[in-house]
Amino acid sequence: MIRIHVRRKALGGTEILRDVHLELAPGERVAVLGPSGVGKSTLLRIVAGVDRVFNGEVERPDNIAIVFQEPTLLRWRSVLANLTLTHPGLSDEAAGAMLGRVGLGGKADLYPGQLSLGQQRRVALARAFVGRPELLILDEPFVSLDPALSEEMIALTESLIAETRPSVLLVTHVLAEAQRLGDRICRLQGSPATLA
Amino acid sequence: MADLQGKAAARFVSLASIIGLWTVAAALTADPNVLPTPWSLLGPLAQEIGSGELFRHLSWTLIRVAWAFVLAMSIGVALGYLMGTSRKLDLWLDPWLVVFLNLPALVLIVLCYLWIGLNETAAIVAVTLNKIPNVVIVIREGARALDPELSAMARVYRMSRLSQLRHVVLPQLAPYIAAAARGGVAVIWKIVLVVEFLGRSNGIGFKIHLYFQLFDVGMVLIYALSFVTVMLLVEAAVLQPWEARVRRWRTA
Repeated sequence: MIRIHVRRKALGGTEILRDVHLELAPGERVAVLGPSGVGKSTLLRIVAGVDRVFNGEVERPDNIAIVFQEPTLLRWRSVLANLTLTHPGLSDEAAGAMLGRVGLGGKADLYPGQLSLGQQRRVALARAFVGRPELLILDEPFVSLDPALSEEMIALTESLIAETRPSVLLVTHVLAEAQRLGDRICRLQGSPATLA
Repeated sequence: MADLQGKAAARFVSLASIIGLWTVAAALTADPNVLPTPWSLLGPLAQEIGSGELFRHLSWTLIRVAWAFVLAMSIGVALGYLMGTSRKLDLWLDPWLVVFLNLPALVLIVLCYLWIGLNETAAIVAVTLNKIPNVVIVIREGARALDPELSAMARVYRMSRLSQLRHVVLPQLAPYIAAAARGGVAVIWKIVLVVEFLGRSNGIGFKIHLYFQLFDVGMVLIYALSFVTVMLLVEAAVLQPWEARVRRWRTA
């Protein structure tokens, strides 16, 4: 069970989040929908444990994966190393198999900069799923993609979620994405933002 | 490969033109006591090499350069990284940085000799203290430019501290470290020479001091240029290949 309770989060004197309660059962997929700038990313950073300066508590598993808006890869390490470095126990074979699963077989030894943007996003997805996370956090991962690529990525994400069954917390401002990937949709709105 | 040969040729022609310019200047001066011709130095050079003098003093200077370089780079990189990532530390240490940055090299050298004594420790401390602030300034800029998203990613995936440093932080700092290192060696050996000039009884700086008193331009040039040659070799054999290696991912 993942329990999120943010009583208050302020940045530079401005209160951004207040009384955000959210619980995720194992394997449950929750989409948080809200306009840009409402504090969705702030909430995600708290849930992910990156931002620890807030009032409240978060109960989360140890094994978390995250996919950002940008691929956020180590551009100076090979595609394969991007998977193995973030998962110390992972064998090269297992990482290679995961790359094959997302359609990047044969690209393992290239640097991320040698791949197209769509391929880099596949690496980011491979990195997220290869550790079989208990909680997967998706921070607007399909924003700024053209419709065709966006559809491709959503489909791949859907099938990977079906295979690994993590709890999923997705934030997005696109209703269609939220409906497609979430079992349940919450809206983050207001100022300071709260869940409805 | 052709590109590499082209680069080597360009370097060679560029260096040869310096010698050409020198020859013209020597011909115009027409006084070997002021500026001897390049080839008239070959005889004395062979003699210095043969007697072992050149090698002995060259190695003293090289050892001092190496010590000061390693110390200044490691302390400077650590401090620069900490100051670039911690606003609080930056606030407290920045005035120190400005003070040391603006302290003339000569003042630091003299003070080190006066306080520590006319010894090897003082010489190396003086050079190191002179160089650290420059390294800190460059690395601090690099640390400020570190990608926060990558740090967040590394934390979420629970990469170990060591692994984060090695695979996330250092590759981002590498261009700054290379810039500090390349600028560093040049500055350090110039300061080492002053240190030797003022208070050591061996090294290139000591020999230059000696021949300065004898007004022997030829020998001053021989000692200075032999060290420049060594530094050019270090640059070509160590620094450039290392930089090319850490930049490989950019050009792949």
